[in-house]
Amino acid sequence: MASFRGTEINPKHFHKSQIKFYLIIIPMAVFMALPIVYIFNHAFKPLSELFEWPPKFFVKNPTFQNFKDLFSVTSTTGIPISRYLFNSIIISLIVVLTSVVVSSMAGFALSKLSFKMKKPLMVANNIALMFVSASVVIPRYLIIEKLGLIDTFWVHIIPGLAIPVGLFLIKQFIDQIPNELIEAAKIDGASTFRIYWNIIIPLIMPAISTIAIVSFQSVWNNTEVSTNYINRESLKTFAFYMQTLTTQSNAVAGQGMAAAASLIMFIPNLVIFIILQKNVMNTMAHSGIK
Amino acid sequence: MKKLVAKFKNNRFAEEVTGELFIFPYLLAFLVFITVPVLAGMLLSTTYFNLLESPSFIGFGNYISLLTSDDIFMQQVIPNTIKFAVIVGPIGYMLGFLLAWLLAQVQSKPRTILALIIYSPSMTAGVAMSVMWKIIFSGDEAGYLNAILLNLDIIEQPIQWLTNPDYLMTIMIIVTLWSSMGIGFLAMLAGVLNINQELYEAAYIDGMKNKWQEMFYITIPSMKPQMLFGSIMALINTFNAGSIGVQLSGQNPTPQNAGQLIVTHIDDYGFIRYDMGYAAAISVILLLMVYLFSKAAHRLFGERE
Repeated sequence: MASFRGTEINPKHFHKSQIKFYLIIIPMAVFMALPIVYIFNHAFKPLSELFEWPPKFFVKNPTFQNFKDLFSVTSTTGIPISRYLFNSIIISLIVVLTSVVVSSMAGFALSKLSFKMKKPLMVANNIALMFVSASVVIPRYLIIEKLGLIDTFWVHIIPGLAIPVGLFLIKQFIDQIPNELIEAAKIDGASTFRIYWNIIIPLIMPAISTIAIVSFQSVWNNTEVSTNYINRESLKTFAFYMQTLTTQSNAVAGQGMAAAASLIMFIPNLVIFIILQKNVMNTMAHSGIK
Repeated sequence: MKKLVAKFKNNRFAEEVTGELFIFPYLLAFLVFITVPVLAGMLLSTTYFNLLESPSFIGFGNYISLLTSDDIFMQQVIPNTIKFAVIVGPIGYMLGFLLAWLLAQVQSKPRTILALIIYSPSMTAGVAMSVMWKIIFSGDEAGYLNAILLNLDIIEQPIQWLTNPDYLMTIMIIVTLWSSMGIGFLAMLAGVLNINQELYEAAYIDGMKNKWQEMFYITIPSMKPQMLFGSIMALINTFNAGSIGVQLSGQNPTPQNAGQLIVTHIDDYGFIRYDMGYAAAISVILLLMVYLFSKAAHRLFGERE
């Protein structure tokens, strides 16, 4: 292959021909990273640096004061911030777990089981990929009200269980598992549930982590539920509290707290993604729509 | 009893039932919170409904007043939405593909780190994001952009970036583009990486000369499914970002409706004026727009028989 001088996708070694790519990517990456680097710095700035003019980008004397302030302040209604954080954590955990179970079961059924509704369901789910949830806020509100879910803990969880993108990705992934494997298990007398639990689940861990990330991001960052469906302050989430923090206070002192809060919002997303990123890329390889 | 169980196992009926059992939880949530709301929205759009009295049927009344007497909708919301969608959608998408393609040309370790950085803004979606940008674009002299420009003597007075109708739309577009490298970007990255290397080698032997030819004759055609997935994600991302103007400016309607998009217009009528039927009619128009755009995407990248 000595005559081949074309591109090497995913090269093993560094070559000076790669420099031109870095020259474009790195400035882009810096632009993308700036606001995030900024939030890291801002969250640790002491009051004196927050008030400094002209404002400096980097923090000089990092302090945890903003975090302390954040946790000592209670919202105007007397709910401590730890309550919002607790709500967010519990809700996120439950949603991630249930949506993983619900969509992996559905993905298994759509990919490997045969039943009458299969075809129309697949078509419906592919159409729902382009579902923009903002377009149904009104009827959704009415349905949630009719179901008596307003002001309950469940309204955080149930409406978010069907994630068309999640089901789509997991189904594509299960499609890669050879049917022979399932046939063999059947011949050995395994029930459908055993096949799902002992064969499918271990094989689709990458897709499961991807769905976990997708659903975690949507629920952890969600403010609509708390804004639209919850009136009781003690049931609202951290994301919602953060929103009130930013809309109420334009004062510089509030900025430090807001930055600390948004750091708390951001870190779990980042950590989870870093841990699972290999799995995500593995799933994405099968993400194509044919 | 054992025989009965065995018989049941081989039964087609049993297979049917297990299939339905496995899909049931998803299907239930899907029907109740996606299908029914869409249908109910369509029905609701033909009524007058203010949440207090029961809905009264008015046929196409909402659509007629939407198209004929809602000046804000026709003169600002629709042009704003189209401008926003046409810039953010395709540019975000092309940027996503380009970045994915560039990243595939470098080694795995630096690629992973760079991809993580580029992906990270999309994780901060929503609230956390608006905090950062609000401080950067803050209207007093302590705002970062103002401070930099004041320091360089480019401006003399701090500019009210987020409440000034002249700048709001541009800022909305920048912020949305910044956060648009999400799942679609990752899918396209995986797509570029998974193309069979031999395809390129064969093409070069056949006389392909440069990177551009490579991109258009090999890369894009080989990853059409991921390109389509990416385009659908770009589309959803664009329309879901609809309330960014309200988040940034802190007002609905946005100052002089400069950042008013269909999504915020829905919120305005639905949750501020409680004209649910009218808001539902706007929603139906939104769904229709998304559908048409996605049809176009399928045209471009869908597999033809």
